[in-house]
Amino acid sequence: MDAKLQEIRELAQQVGHPVQLMEVCGTHTTAAFRVGLRSLLPESVKLLSGPGCPVCVTHDRFLEHALAIAAQPDTVVATFGDMLRVPGCSGSLESARARGAQIQVVYSPLDALQTAKQHPELRVIFLGIGFETTAPTTAGALVAAKAGVPNFFVLSAHKTMPAALRALLVSGEMKIDAFLMPGHVSVITGMHIYEFVAEEFKRPCVITGFEPNDLVAGIAQALRLIAAGRAVVDNQYQRAVSAEGNQKAQELINEVFEPCDTEWRGLGKIPGSGLAIRAAYAAHNAAHVFPAPTKDVPETSRGCRCGEVLRGAITPPQCPLFRNVCTPSTPHGACMVSGEGTCAAYYRYS
Amino acid sequence: MCLAIPAKVLEVNGNEAVISVQGVRRTANLMLLEDGAQPGEYVLLHAGFALRKWTEQEAKEVEELLQEVTLTGIG
Amino acid sequence: MPSDEIILMSHGGGGRRTQQLLRDHVLPPLDNPILRQMDDAACLELAGVQLAFTTDSYVIRPLFFPGGDIGRLAVCGTVNDLAMQGAQPLYLTLGLILEEGLRVNDLDTIMQSAAAAAREAGVQIVAGDTKVVERGAGSGLFINTAGLGLRRSGVDTHIANARPGDVILITGTLGDHGVAVLSRREGLAFQTELVSDVAPLNGLTAALLDAVPGVHALRDPTRGGLAAALNDVAAAAHVGIRIEEKALPVRPDVRGACGLLGLEPLSVANEGKALVICAAADEERALAALRAHPLGHDACRIGAVLAAPAGKVLLHTRIGGERLVEMPLGDDLPRIC
Repeated sequence: MDAKLQEIRELAQQVGHPVQLMEVCGTHTTAAFRVGLRSLLPESVKLLSGPGCPVCVTHDRFLEHALAIAAQPDTVVATFGDMLRVPGCSGSLESARARGAQIQVVYSPLDALQTAKQHPELRVIFLGIGFETTAPTTAGALVAAKAGVPNFFVLSAHKTMPAALRALLVSGEMKIDAFLMPGHVSVITGMHIYEFVAEEFKRPCVITGFEPNDLVAGIAQALRLIAAGRAVVDNQYQRAVSAEGNQKAQELINEVFEPCDTEWRGLGKIPGSGLAIRAAYAAHNAAHVFPAPTKDVPETSRGCRCGEVLRGAITPPQCPLFRNVCTPSTPHGACMVSGEGTCAAYYRYS
Repeated sequence: MCLAIPAKVLEVNGNEAVISVQGVRRTANLMLLEDGAQPGEYVLLHAGFALRKWTEQEAKEVEELLQEVTLTGIG
Repeated sequence: MPSDEIILMSHGGGGRRTQQLLRDHVLPPLDNPILRQMDDAACLELAGVQLAFTTDSYVIRPLFFPGGDIGRLAVCGTVNDLAMQGAQPLYLTLGLILEEGLRVNDLDTIMQSAAAAAREAGVQIVAGDTKVVERGAGSGLFINTAGLGLRRSGVDTHIANARPGDVILITGTLGDHGVAVLSRREGLAFQTELVSDVAPLNGLTAALLDAVPGVHALRDPTRGGLAAALNDVAAAAHVGIRIEEKALPVRPDVRGACGLLGLEPLSVANEGKALVICAAADEERALAALRAHPLGHDACRIGAVLAAPAGKVLLHTRIGGERLVEMPLGDDLPRIC
């Protein structure tokens, strides 16, 4: 490991100017934090956390919809633990549970399906969050539900990575020198989804895994590509990611979902970046079965400069909301929701 | 954005498998794998589903990694 | 907390939310110098006798878990709170709150188990109380225990006594209890051979204090795990703490379960482990005494106390990096990201 870190220092010198690398994926952010990687990188190499944390980018409107469903009689809202404490404008799922709603934390959508099978008298609504990695698992549960679990529903906030990356890249000055691309999304999608980033926007993309060795190898490769001026898609996670990805999972996503416009916290509406449940599965689509609340959701992101923080164009203190109205307990943008988001990190450590 | 972890397949019954992550067992679904998995093979597990199966060579690399995993597990 | 706030599960998790609740709502009306010590047991002097006095309530679900049950836990938890003050636990009280519908068979098993734990710890349960609540008002059975112990003269193991230069020892593996309990929670089902470490630690601490009466501080890392315990020490003693990731004893199956569910072994509960903080010169004697006891044979050094950064806990990672170990917010939740 020491030799690899030394190599990073040498490569950083070779590049000769400060660089910002974006780890697109929230799990990369967490992994880098847990192993103390930031403390080992040279001054001139900065890691920025990207929009790839599904909880962080989930819009208040989705949470409000979930809370409205949870308030209905005979319903159980099943969710990954990640969502439980996310604060919305009228509370969190955790506080809804304290007020009497039935909220079940699950490890898998299949655990929620199991609850539905065991309790035919209840309606079980699974909150589908996550990107291409998680979408096929929700799709799998929906296929199983269609085969005979009428009381299982999904409220989908699933999102896809390429449209969000494009929105970020076209929205203004981008001070990101290279991207570390999410390893487990790529297991499903394969490598081609990042080609436009390299070809149109001339930024190197390095797919990497989550062990310290993977992260360090990914950063070293990103620096090598920056130094050489090569904007290509490179795979440093070959033990898990193939060029074509998992085609069976891709087919399942297409079978169950169709692209839709969707809102991202802090980034606004991004065309074609969401996954809506297809008509063939409408009977299990919670968005149809349980209409969204008519109540107006205040536009929390007004004035939020999350997009610029994500592009590396500004640092969090330059945003007027930062620390004033936007704090970890009242987050406006995605960068404040996750503990390791760029704004949350600035809030706690500076 | 996606925690996934290498797991060893112990038993297979159709699309249902019992897997082990360092001695911790639970059920996993194999429907996302092109040609299923056999006991003894390694898969990458996310939210109860196997996302990918490893070849023997790749599995060796994974086994070595597992020896080193410490406190934080595999992200 | 704003006045329209309501109590959430995480207020009981032993982390930041619990601290806030106590600081803002529970302690102010009761304030007195002894309470202000804020350790797991109060240290009192009564007619020249040094006593330790404590109480704790047990609401664990499920009532039975691999390696123990709520009865054993209710005795061990209170015994350990006394033992961490360097006291010899003597007498316990036991209050039962039974939910309508609880099987009497289950109650029998739990009472047998509490009695066995009391024998193991050498304490007597000398008073008690039993109430029944309507179905739905409790999850089967809650237990409250209070305990009284005799403090050793010349021993002061309050966590505020940790000082720069001290070493930090742990008496065994981390996270066994929390993972064993989690494995039986509804909706998360997984199977492991792992059993809870729940055990009375007063024999172990007595052996330690016989060998090293000058131990500076003791703390059992229960709710909130090692992360919460070390943050408590750093805050109380105004010191920095640095632990070594490579030195932390974590069983493979605890790592496996934590990897699977995205949990942090550092913040998973223990019920049969103690943190020991002592002068570096006492390290070898302390470790020898701990390892000679059946509950301490995996004892090891995990870190050191520093002058700065005061109030903070740092982890030196296996790849040579450094990061903060924060006070957990509340109970840890399984995650997918």
